[in-house]
Amino acid sequence: MKIHEYQARQIFRDYGIPVPDGVLCYTVYEVEKAAREMNRMVVVKAQVLAGGRGKAGGVKLARTVEDAVAAGKQILGMDIKGLTVEKVLVTDAVDIAKEFYVGLINDRNSKSITLMVSAEGGVEIEEVAKETPEKIIKFSIDPLTGLLDYQARNVALELFGDIKLAQKAASIFIKLYKLYIETDATLAEINPLVLTPENEILAIDGKMNFDDNALFRQPKILAMREPDEEEIQEIAAHEKGLAYIKLDGNIGCMVNGAGLAMATMDMIKLYGGSPANFLDIGGSSNPQKVIDAMNILLADKNVKAVMINIFGGITRCDDVAKGLIKALEIIMTDIPIVVRLSGTNAEEGLALLKETGLPTVSSMSEAAQMAIELSKR
Amino acid sequence: MSILVNKDTKLVVQGITGRDGKFHAGKMKEYGTNIVAGVSPGKEGETLDGIPVFNSVAHAVKATGANTSIIFVPAAFAADAILEASEAGIALVIAISEGVPIQDMIRITPILKLNGTLLIGPNCPGLITPGEALVGILPAMIFKEGNIGFISRSGTLTYEVVNLLTQNDFGQTTCVGIGGDPVAGLYFIDLLERFENDPDTKAVVLIGEIGGDAEEQAAQFIAEKMTKPVVAFIAGQTAPPGKRMGHAGAIISSGSGTAVEKIAAFNKAGVPVAKEPSEIPTLLRAKLNGQI
Repeated sequence: MKIHEYQARQIFRDYGIPVPDGVLCYTVYEVEKAAREMNRMVVVKAQVLAGGRGKAGGVKLARTVEDAVAAGKQILGMDIKGLTVEKVLVTDAVDIAKEFYVGLINDRNSKSITLMVSAEGGVEIEEVAKETPEKIIKFSIDPLTGLLDYQARNVALELFGDIKLAQKAASIFIKLYKLYIETDATLAEINPLVLTPENEILAIDGKMNFDDNALFRQPKILAMREPDEEEIQEIAAHEKGLAYIKLDGNIGCMVNGAGLAMATMDMIKLYGGSPANFLDIGGSSNPQKVIDAMNILLADKNVKAVMINIFGGITRCDDVAKGLIKALEIIMTDIPIVVRLSGTNAEEGLALLKETGLPTVSSMSEAAQMAIELSKR
Repeated sequence: MSILVNKDTKLVVQGITGRDGKFHAGKMKEYGTNIVAGVSPGKEGETLDGIPVFNSVAHAVKATGANTSIIFVPAAFAADAILEASEAGIALVIAISEGVPIQDMIRITPILKLNGTLLIGPNCPGLITPGEALVGILPAMIFKEGNIGFISRSGTLTYEVVNLLTQNDFGQTTCVGIGGDPVAGLYFIDLLERFENDPDTKAVVLIGEIGGDAEEQAAQFIAEKMTKPVVAFIAGQTAPPGKRMGHAGAIISSGSGTAVEKIAAFNKAGVPVAKEPSEIPTLLRAKLNGQI
């Protein structure tokens, strides 16, 4: 789960990380009011769940209230990577002597949380990692001890040189680690962490992602969720025990199992078609699940054919077939459907389906080719 | 021969009185797995399907000499259950539970290392040594004794491919589903190494997917350390970036972890990558016959 910059800044502030003042605004009027009250140079920043906001023109410096109003007019309602900007953050413009990067991530390889810092702040860290990986300092944190003071200080010292500044930065690293652990984050980034001419260190921009598996114990984080249209569909599917992701193609897929669902999409592409979605219905033969899945699939008007791909393991194919037949009786659609059943009791399952007149096959590649063919009619 | 589980496996089922635990304990027992105990706090003294139930893993180990554990407890309690098994001296833990918080896994990893406990999963279908032991939720009837080692991050895709192997007369030494989570126990390299050292395994089939760089590491390991042929398949070539494809670990983040990178790494290591699952037996045969 992702959150907006203004939400990340609030979490940072709650944990004592210095963050410049800011006001969240939904209208140009609110922007004007905020800029007037701040009575100094401000930055107007689009709040959307996408990277590269600056490049897209979604971040503007405003020296006067009039500038801020103009920026608000430009940014509110603009489109960034397909997302409409509905709110902006009006924040103090901070004098910058130098910019740094600080991030915490879950590292799959070391199976630990890794602290990453760089003197190349303010740019996308992925670019730094690609172009000049030597400019990123990485430190794997021992889960048994957590990030210790001296470790944070030593990492900060490499970045700042000066011990007084390093101590200030280290205290920010420690706070970031604490909030990372306590919120079940999967990413916590301060980019840039700024050094001012007065030797203050501030978090200017923040990004946080959280572990979906841990949301059950993070009610405060869950309350921050602001899903976009696509995510609303995905969350609705999730609540029905389905994993759904919309794609751009025209062949709907319904599969049991995530790996097989991915392989099914790939297969459609391999034979020259284009998958409309990823949809994993899990391992049950419950007709309701099939009905829910079909409803989600067919809500996508691009879908011209559906490929149902089931490998029966513990769940037997004849049970799956019975569930499908029940579901299809209720759904009643003109969209052609190809069913592929394989595995436990596949023959019995296919025989049941044949009686209904549905096109049935036993191999994945046949099913994909047939679905592509049907989508063209 | 085989890896990790065999006739000497003495299995304890944690969460044996839950719906899934009960169902799969029955299936595993039916297959011939030596299940010596179940654990369910508050139910010590009961038996289930003839299996004695204990309050703790420690009690189960003391009474039965269990050396392997399979975990069916809900995700929120899975890390605790894994640690309980580890502290009780269990050598190999298989965690089936899906949806375990990542930081729970990070927190327990160093303790498992200190105790020398091997872990498979979480969010995995388990493993099987055909003819000897089924420790997981895999559908036993599709497997067959033979000499192909099998490693996969997926569940049903594993069944799909194993079924194809069995139909093509490629039986298996051991098949391991390592699970779809980003932070998990034994992974590709750990298992490739074991298959390399297992005299009965003649070749290995590896099923990877998008996310992380474990496939790239496996490719490097194969190039440097393995003498046995390996054939691979990667799922998720059409997956969009930034989206979690069902498995928590199956996500292309910041442009890395793509199928293209993984396939390139395998090709560079001399590992043929199947375009679709049905091509795997063909590639395997060609590789074993030295044709590719």
